[in-house]
Amino acid sequence: MNVHTYSYQLQPEKVRAEFFRLLPISLFVVAFGAAFGLAAIQKGLEPLQAILMSTTVFAGASQFAAVDMWGSEVSLIPLMAVVFAINSRHLLMGASLYPMLRDVSPGRRYGLLLLLTDANWAVSAQEYQSGKRNLEVILGGGLVLWVAWIIGTWLGVYFGGLLQNPKALGLDMVLGCFLLAMALGGNKSPRTLVAWTVAAISSLAAWKWLPPNTHVVVGALAGGAIGFFWMEKKPEAPESVEEGRSS
Amino acid sequence: MTVETTVAGTMALIAIMTLVTLATRFGGVFLMSFVTINPRIESFINTMASSVLIAIIVPMAVSGDAGSLAALVVTAIIMLATKKPLPAIAAGIASAGLVRYLGITAL
Repeated sequence: MNVHTYSYQLQPEKVRAEFFRLLPISLFVVAFGAAFGLAAIQKGLEPLQAILMSTTVFAGASQFAAVDMWGSEVSLIPLMAVVFAINSRHLLMGASLYPMLRDVSPGRRYGLLLLLTDANWAVSAQEYQSGKRNLEVILGGGLVLWVAWIIGTWLGVYFGGLLQNPKALGLDMVLGCFLLAMALGGNKSPRTLVAWTVAAISSLAAWKWLPPNTHVVVGALAGGAIGFFWMEKKPEAPESVEEGRSS
Repeated sequence: MTVETTVAGTMALIAIMTLVTLATRFGGVFLMSFVTINPRIESFINTMASSVLIAIIVPMAVSGDAGSLAALVVTAIIMLATKKPLPAIAAGIASAGLVRYLGITAL
């Protein structure tokens, strides 16, 4: 393990291509960022504070939830819990990229993860399913999404009045539609469809009965369990339990 | 424990949010570095990955208004029919806007 040469070489021209590939969706992210910027100043954040938050946190849903809890005082533990719960999906998203990320040096690996967000992850994870290794989209796509999120926030805090109601334009559904398109573009084997059904039911159950914001992780792990117990092809019959535990 | 949203307090809160989020971005990969990737783990990872998408979308569809539902249904139909993400997404967003503009509250 120690004599590791890192086999994955990031290709600069592909990074650039991925930047432009996610540019269209980033235009929608600008609008979403503007909605955040507006919400933030309405809750009493200074413009520069809102822009700083978007720059360093770079996780939209959790930022909306956080400014929702803003006031003259903020309770620290609930804030941390909400941010962690909403962003806990990153744990699984990062883990799912590990088979590729282990082939880049630790410095680059964690550098790439700074830009990990739903849209660029969805592209990379879905391409991995069809046998393509694409970490360039995490970097190139992540950069364009990050810049769009910052510009959007900046527009929102200074010119928020321009976009009073992003919902009326359907802009709240950008990410949902994007993720759905990615899911449906991937492979749909019977095993995947069973996993999705399990994921859908468990996420709904968690959404209904478990603490708020746990549904994504619960649903994803339940879907993953299907993959753990039901392996595709390669019927190397004696699949021992030991093998699953070996480390 | 509460933090006052003075300038310093707000900066501290933003720093804490950043660290918590960073921990989620790094944590999964860090933990995976202790796991040996065998076919079973690979299989788990792959089904888990697309299940993340489903677990985000389905509660969104169920808890949202008619506009959200329309957006997702239209995206799904066009995506399955054409395999082209951008038209599917654009049509989905437009449907949400349209349904809300028309004031339709249930599909």
